[in-house]
Amino acid sequence: MVSVLERDSELRQRAWNAAASVVDPEIPVLTIADLGVLREVALDGDDVEVAITPTYSGCPAMNMIALEIELALERAGFRRPKVRTVLSPAWTTDWISEEGRCKLRACGIAPPQPSNSRRAVFGEQAVACPQCGSDKTELLSEFGSTPCKALWRCKACREPFDYFKCH
Amino acid sequence: MSCANIQVSETPLVLYTLRRADDALILGHRLSEWCGHAPMLEEDMALSNIALDLIGQARELYSYAAKVEGKDNDEDKFAYLRDVRQYRNLLLVEQPNGDFAQTLVRQFFYSAFADLYWRAMMSSRDTTLAAIAAKSEKESAYHLRHASEWIIRLGDGTDESHRRAQGAIDHLWAFTGEMFSVDDGERALIQAGIAIDPASLRARWLTTLSDVAGEATLELPRNEWMQQGGRFGRHSEHLGHLLSELQSMQRTFPGLTW
Repeated sequence: MVSVLERDSELRQRAWNAAASVVDPEIPVLTIADLGVLREVALDGDDVEVAITPTYSGCPAMNMIALEIELALERAGFRRPKVRTVLSPAWTTDWISEEGRCKLRACGIAPPQPSNSRRAVFGEQAVACPQCGSDKTELLSEFGSTPCKALWRCKACREPFDYFKCH
Repeated sequence: MSCANIQVSETPLVLYTLRRADDALILGHRLSEWCGHAPMLEEDMALSNIALDLIGQARELYSYAAKVEGKDNDEDKFAYLRDVRQYRNLLLVEQPNGDFAQTLVRQFFYSAFADLYWRAMMSSRDTTLAAIAAKSEKESAYHLRHASEWIIRLGDGTDESHRRAQGAIDHLWAFTGEMFSVDDGERALIQAGIAIDPASLRARWLTTLSDVAGEATLELPRNEWMQQGGRFGRHSEHLGHLLSELQSMQRTFPGLTW
């Protein structure tokens, strides 16, 4: 016979797994767990509340992500799941997991550099080409196909590529 | 069914938050007007991205204003159901896009200010405002860099681009003073450690401007007369036209949802 504690812990894990399976609609190789957008899953009896944090203030993917989380939880058997947005601490690209970085590189997007100093935001950046690995690259546009990406070009293999900018 | 204007209980904190939200929404809407019209594809994406950031900031601020007010209002009602004289934004952000130089000079003046403002607001005693500021500050750093690069490129470019950039600076200068003025309600919030005293940012704002203008071979005007009014709902004729577009769906089909 399982105790209430064990049952809660198992339920919570099931809820976390369901929420963690949701992918970013604009970068579908990444789950919201890879991104660090999924912050917390709380259980109160059988009610579940998920806390997520927005990447960029105006990122249109956030509404979609909230909806997808609700759907995923309902499919996993949770009734009336709630999604809450937390602003603080502010999301940073440092929260993208190592696995997430590998997935980004594998689909041709250069992963963000660590943002431990503001120099990374203001100073010179060296971004390695996700196709050929060369560091002879140049910035084409600070703003790319989505709010989180910049457009770069590799001078070695001549391929343009997306760079997930550090934030 | 009703499309009447909402009533807003403008306590000092509600008013303070609405002023920042209105700045972000109106400037974001202005930039969105470039979508599909910018001089090149990269710039089309850049201006649309910045517009998205600003509208996102506005949404967070409006939601907080609604929470503080504690009435029936929400972010959509603040945006769609207030008339011109209920808007509290700076006159600067409602000025028309004009040519590309005018859009970028407006953006440069505002972003140089916003970047300092959000950074200061990160230590507000109001934890929600501090959290919104921490997100917005990361975005405004990009916005400022983007605008600064363009000011240098335009000012130090051709005779034509230089003339247009200098013209835009001269034209928009009188709208910058409003960023640094506060009323009594805001003064009390500053003393309580909630609001930011913009006057304390002016010297650094001017340094940013003169550094970039210097590299761009442009000159900052010396005239000190400044136009005021936006913070109290006295706007230029341009805001009404902007709102007629921004609000047309809700005014035509009240309560419409997607």
